[in-house]
This record gives sequence, structure tokens and C-alpha cells, in this order.
Amino acid sequence: MSMPMYVSPEQIMKDKADFARKGIARGRAAIGCTFADGVLLCAENPSNTLRKVSEIYDRIGFVGVGRYNEFDSLRKGGVRHADLKGYTYSREDVDARSLANLYAETLGGYFTHEPKPLEIEMLVGEMGEEPDGDQLFHLLYDGTVMDMRTFAVIGGEADAIRGRFEETWSRDSALTVAIGAAVTALAGPERRLSADDLEVAVLARPNSRRAFRRIEGDELDGLLA
Amino acid sequence: MNLPLFRPEDDPGPSFLGLLGHLGLGPTESFRGAAGVDPGLSPHATTVVAVRHSEGVIMAGDRRATSGNFISHRSIEKVFPADRHSGVAISGTAGIAMEMVRLFQLQLEHYEKVEGKALSLDGKANQLSQMLRANLPLAMQGLVVVPLFAGYDHRHDTGRLFQYDVTGGRYEERDHAATGSGMLHASTVVKLRYREDMTEDEAVDVVVEALFQAADEDSATGGPDPIRGIYPVVASITAAGFERFDDQRVADRTTALLDSLIGNQTGGHPSS
Repeated sequence: MSMPMYVSPEQIMKDKADFARKGIARGRAAIGCTFADGVLLCAENPSNTLRKVSEIYDRIGFVGVGRYNEFDSLRKGGVRHADLKGYTYSREDVDARSLANLYAETLGGYFTHEPKPLEIEMLVGEMGEEPDGDQLFHLLYDGTVMDMRTFAVIGGEADAIRGRFEETWSRDSALTVAIGAAVTALAGPERRLSADDLEVAVLARPNSRRAFRRIEGDELDGLLA
Repeated sequence: MNLPLFRPEDDPGPSFLGLLGHLGLGPTESFRGAAGVDPGLSPHATTVVAVRHSEGVIMAGDRRATSGNFISHRSIEKVFPADRHSGVAISGTAGIAMEMVRLFQLQLEHYEKVEGKALSLDGKANQLSQMLRANLPLAMQGLVVVPLFAGYDHRHDTGRLFQYDVTGGRYEERDHAATGSGMLHASTVVKLRYREDMTEDEAVDVVVEALFQAADEDSATGGPDPIRGIYPVVASITAAGFERFDDQRVADRTTALLDSLIGNQTGGHPSS
């Protein structure tokens, strides 16, 4: 009788984390940040049908990077959770924090119990009534959840992009400035990104109940010019 | 609450009602097996009308809800946005109808968010049909709901309106529709006043008069109430979206109508 091969838990976790990180690093990055009138979500995404940035609820938006099918099924789960909660209680009771916690639980569950961890990173953003109320939650493949308050970068080359973004962005900048900073940071020194390579949306305060609004086409061209 | 994730074979898709059904929270579940309900026990919402005009559709409803011969509510709302570019107006058992509207609104928004794309206007109208059909057992017990649905169809650049029956039958009307206890009187007024290519303002005057005349003949329909400042709810649906008019605008149109009626009083008591 042969003994089952022993692998230490440290090794298993490390292998899983390396695997997930590699998968995420292959994908293009995305940035979520606050600006004067709300929250900006900006992703590099050459497809304009397979979305990375989406609406979850009245004041809550979502960005996912990595494996599309994996973050998209969590996105749908988020929409379902939010709509159910708003239906059961009230629209005001739906918040990003509890959604981020549910996402963290799910990601953590996959990381610990499933043979393959999810190869995704996500951002959940909520626009507050006042600028101080804006929130951004950064979720990692292993269920780590971070309360970012001001901005977060997810996806491949996140560190380099974070460095570039911090140089030009400031918390209360106007939308044009925030988009400019995000796009320059995503592009890096050697590339230029056009409206076709980007997916941009805002949760902006003057908007009505559903604050989520995509910025695309001519409007985005105008803001990038 | 946990995160509702499904295996592909169990996935309810973009339907919020499907999701509720999956979780055992469907709207009719709790009523299964309920005996006949006395319609006098629950408030009834009454007259609503919709009129097409050159830029879209006007929907309007009076403000009264009745339980038998009691007025149970003086300022109920019966006209609601269904989503950005469509509206729904209700008549029948108020509680069931309001819940149906709420679910209908959620159903449209949920579809749009899950699919990343709004339903077509026909798709929305069809959804409402299916919700009514699901309500048929309750309707047989006396809890009837009959809505109107109208919207702006961006594919054809025109306003469109739909009438329903309690079985979920859906009938697209070309120009105007009415439902509820005062529908006969209201639709007679609309029929006589209607012209092709009316402007929005003219259509508002038509629905205000239709509701006034319905209230004059039907005890379950509420007329304008200047003492409490209660006027019909009037909403416009155009390419720009759904917009509920503020009460002052409706009050002004009602005053104009009353002034014109005082000028040529007919019927009622012979004056001495």
C-alpha cells in the first residue's frame, strides 16, 4: 500500500495563489476611483459587447478582470442579490459593503475548497450622497477584501499602473481630469488608448435614482481629446 | 442573505420572477388555496386612460380607491414608470396591482442589468401579459387587476399603447385606451376629442376632461379636489423618457376645463 503524497498546506495555498495571480496578470487592467461628483470605473477592454464594467444597483457599480465567465457569473449573482434585497427590504438598504462581503466569502470559498481558485479580481464601487460617502472595495482571488476609499487598480501590471495613476490623479478632480489620469495610467508610456479600447462608466451624483451611466462613443472621445 | 449563484442548468436567466420562483418567494405562492375573497374587503383602484399623440403617449389616472361603497384612499397613485421609456397604469385590486407594478418594474430593470440591454417594447408588453396570466387564479377569486401599458418604441420612433384583459390577453391600441370602472365614460370623451397628431398639451387636456367626466358619472372614480389639492396623475412618455407632470400643471389644466364647462352648463337641474 502506498502512502498518499503529503503536500504542506503552505505549499498548496502558494501554488493556488501563484496560479490565480498568473491568470489575472494575463488580462488587461482596470481602475476605479472617486472624482468630484461620484465614482469613476474605467477598464481597458477592446470588446464593446463583453463587458467588464456593469451596473449592480442604483448607486453600485462593478468591475471585474481576469476570466470573463468567472467574474460575469459573480456579477449576475451580485445583481440578483441586490435586487432581491431591495425587493425584500427597501432600495436604501442595498449597499456595497454587504455585497463585497458576500463576494469575499464566495472567492474565499473557491480558493480554499475548490481544486481551482477563481482567476479574477473585482471592484465594487458605491456612490454616496456626499463625496465622503463614496466607497470602493477591492476583492482578490483568495477572498481578501480591501476598503479602498479613494482608488484601486486591478488586473495585470497593477503596481506599475498604480504608480503612474497616483502621480496625476487627485481626489476631488473633475471627471475629465480623472478619466485622463486613468487612461494615461492604463496606457503607460509607450501606448495611447482610444475610446475603442476603453470601457468607462460613472456613478455620478446629479443622476436620478439609477446613477450608473456609461460614457462611450462621441462623449468619451470628447473627454479624451 | 447569500449570493444567489446557480449551476448553468438551474440558472433563472434574466428573469427576476424566475429567480423569486426558484427561491420559493414567487408572488402567488402565498395565495395558493385561498378561498374566494370578498372584493369589498380590499381597496379598488379605478379609472386610467392613455392617449397617443405626435411625440409619444400621455397616461393619466384618477386618485380614488374604493372598498365597496367606502372611499378608502383619496390620493392613491395609479400611473407609474415601468422603466425609463415606458409606463404602466393600473385598475382593479389595489394591493395586488401595486405589487404587480413593483415586480414588473423590477423585472424590466433586472433583465436590463443581467443582459446588459433593455427589453424591446413588445418584450416588456409580453412580460406584463405573463404576469397577468399568472394572476388568473387570484382574479377568479375576485382579486382582479387590469393594467394599461404604454411606451416609446425607439425602433419605430413612435409611442405605443397596450390594453389587457384579466387572462393576460394583450391588445395593442392605435390611438387610445382606458380601463377601470369609469372606462366607458372616459373612453367616450377621448373618442370624441381625439384627433390624429395632437400635440402633447392637447392630449393632456383630453385626458383631464376624460377623467373629469368619468368622475361625474362613476362613483368609484375621484374628481379633482381643489380643497385638498388633489388632481389626477398625468405622465408623459416621449423619446426623452417617462415624466410625471407636477400637480400644478394638472391643476391649471383642470381649472381651464372647469372654466369652460361653467360657461356652457348642460344637464342636471333646470335652473329657475
